[in-house]
Amino acid sequence: MDLTIGPNAFFWPRETVRAFYRDLAAAPFARLVIGEWVCSKRLPFWDQEIPQAVETLQAAGKEVAISSLALITLPRERRQTAALFETGLPVEIADLSALRHMPNSYPFWVGPTVNVYNEGTLDWLASRGARRICLPVELPLASISVLARAGAERGVAVEVWGHGKAPLALSARCYHARLHDRAKDACLFVCGEDPHGRDVSTLEGRSFLTVNGIQTLGQAVTTVAGQIERLRSAGVSSLRLSPQPGDFPALVAAYAAAGPDLLGQVQGLLPGQLIANGFAEGQAGLALQKG
Amino acid sequence: MDLVCPAGTPASLRAAVGAGAHAVYCGFADETNARNFPGLNFSRAEMAEGVAFAHAQGVKVLCAINTFPRAGQQAIWHRALADAEAAGVDAVILADLGLLDHARCHHPGLRLHLSVQAAAANADAIGLYAAAFGVRRVVLPRVLTVEEIASITREVAVETEVFVFGGLCVMAEGRCALSSWATGLSPNMNGVCSPASHVAYADTPGGQEARLGGLLIHRTPKGAPAPYPTLCKGCFTSGDQTGHLFEDPVSLDAMTLLPALKRAGVTALKIEGRQRSRAYVTEVVRAFRAAIDAVEAGRPLPAAQLQRLTEGQAATTGAYAKTWR
Repeated sequence: MDLTIGPNAFFWPRETVRAFYRDLAAAPFARLVIGEWVCSKRLPFWDQEIPQAVETLQAAGKEVAISSLALITLPRERRQTAALFETGLPVEIADLSALRHMPNSYPFWVGPTVNVYNEGTLDWLASRGARRICLPVELPLASISVLARAGAERGVAVEVWGHGKAPLALSARCYHARLHDRAKDACLFVCGEDPHGRDVSTLEGRSFLTVNGIQTLGQAVTTVAGQIERLRSAGVSSLRLSPQPGDFPALVAAYAAAGPDLLGQVQGLLPGQLIANGFAEGQAGLALQKG
Repeated sequence: MDLVCPAGTPASLRAAVGAGAHAVYCGFADETNARNFPGLNFSRAEMAEGVAFAHAQGVKVLCAINTFPRAGQQAIWHRALADAEAAGVDAVILADLGLLDHARCHHPGLRLHLSVQAAAANADAIGLYAAAFGVRRVVLPRVLTVEEIASITREVAVETEVFVFGGLCVMAEGRCALSSWATGLSPNMNGVCSPASHVAYADTPGGQEARLGGLLIHRTPKGAPAPYPTLCKGCFTSGDQTGHLFEDPVSLDAMTLLPALKRAGVTALKIEGRQRSRAYVTEVVRAFRAAIDAVEAGRPLPAAQLQRLTEGQAATTGAYAKTWR
């Protein structure tokens, strides 16, 4: 079981992006997905950083794919999606419609915002040429096991959401803009003020969700640190780690080492943040099962 | 334009047919459909009887098999497809790629509609489903403006169906795990959202509290109408702001947009609410059938009185108006 770094969900200044991928190149992971995953309006602010990051990561021996948007609606977004297949990089489809632009036998990966819940869907995607599939975050271990086995039989690497605020929902509406009484088209890029998203709590102050532009995430950081052995024996090929501010290379190193108290170690690297692992246990995603 | 109406029970099916539905949609009483609520839906025998009753009145029956089959248990969903075809339904409404592929291979005569749960939000996605599986109609997700719908109908050779009344998802349907984050049960896996089994109400000095999975979703003053604690319409806090951060407890009413939807080339109009009462279905279907007949005949829309049927007594035209975003 190796490690895959997912596309960054948040809107960071280009200097932050540059430093993030530069510092990450030496970390112990196998592959990485780069690209704008959440909002097409953000891309012009940082896309100049992509070629350099790809070069640095490839030079460090990492496999690199480029991600599509998770929700594609506008004509401009459809054109951007088609252009991904001109990069020569494998494309990770985060919205199924990206497949419509794919040249025959182009290598592609499937991200966790595409609905792969069963072997029939895995088969269909494999028949179209999918090489890797990161399963949806809400799947329990029982389903993950069946799909990991099916993937192994068909030569498709099956990956699970290993670490990061879980991507729960997408909307036509930008909740970040709405929180500032702005419409999506006049957002003034307010999501850039929150490098780890904007937290949403219940009226009683319980942490609950995180708003990130048109995307809604779980506020507690989802981690499978306590479930690594079960995932490994289920035949899961890779864990996906989702970029976040702070010492991310240290988190990557911790997952790579996968020591006996990984859960405690991960918690130690996330001071002041809640962690959760309920989805894999078939419980509420925000629940935390210890031991 | 055809009016597609909810039938949560055989009684609702007869009510919808009697009130002027052109088609009704319904599902089997299990996890294969996205309204898997206790006391709702159809047995195999009821489905066949419902089809016979509807067909005798010239009304079509569409069967929703629109959850995502569980890994290792696909046979349950495959059986639902075979049983729907045997019952004589006019189409099945599917969302899962694997199930669509199975239907195309094993039930080539069955007309396929793409569920809103498939979240096909642009012409490329719709074109993909049409080319790969022969999908004939797509139920459009509630993330599109009327202008975007018009451009889709110009571009694809597939019929389009849009929601015009009832519950309003503010997230892309079929791609939302908010409910499973809070409760462990989701629309995609279990056919439920913010399930009643996880709801608790309590009277407190501060008002009536509604909880979902133990999380406080609403607190309403005593005597005020308490909306159901649907997650995305809850009252939350972020920074110095407290309120309905995602959406107010409103529901969709797009009746005034019917002329625009007709101009946009929409084939069918859908009313949400298989969980609703027979009386509700009758009233909404009658009002929308009158409105459609008026639009088709070039007459002005009749004055409608549906406000009191909308959730929380407030209605919106949702994403159909660009300002909603």
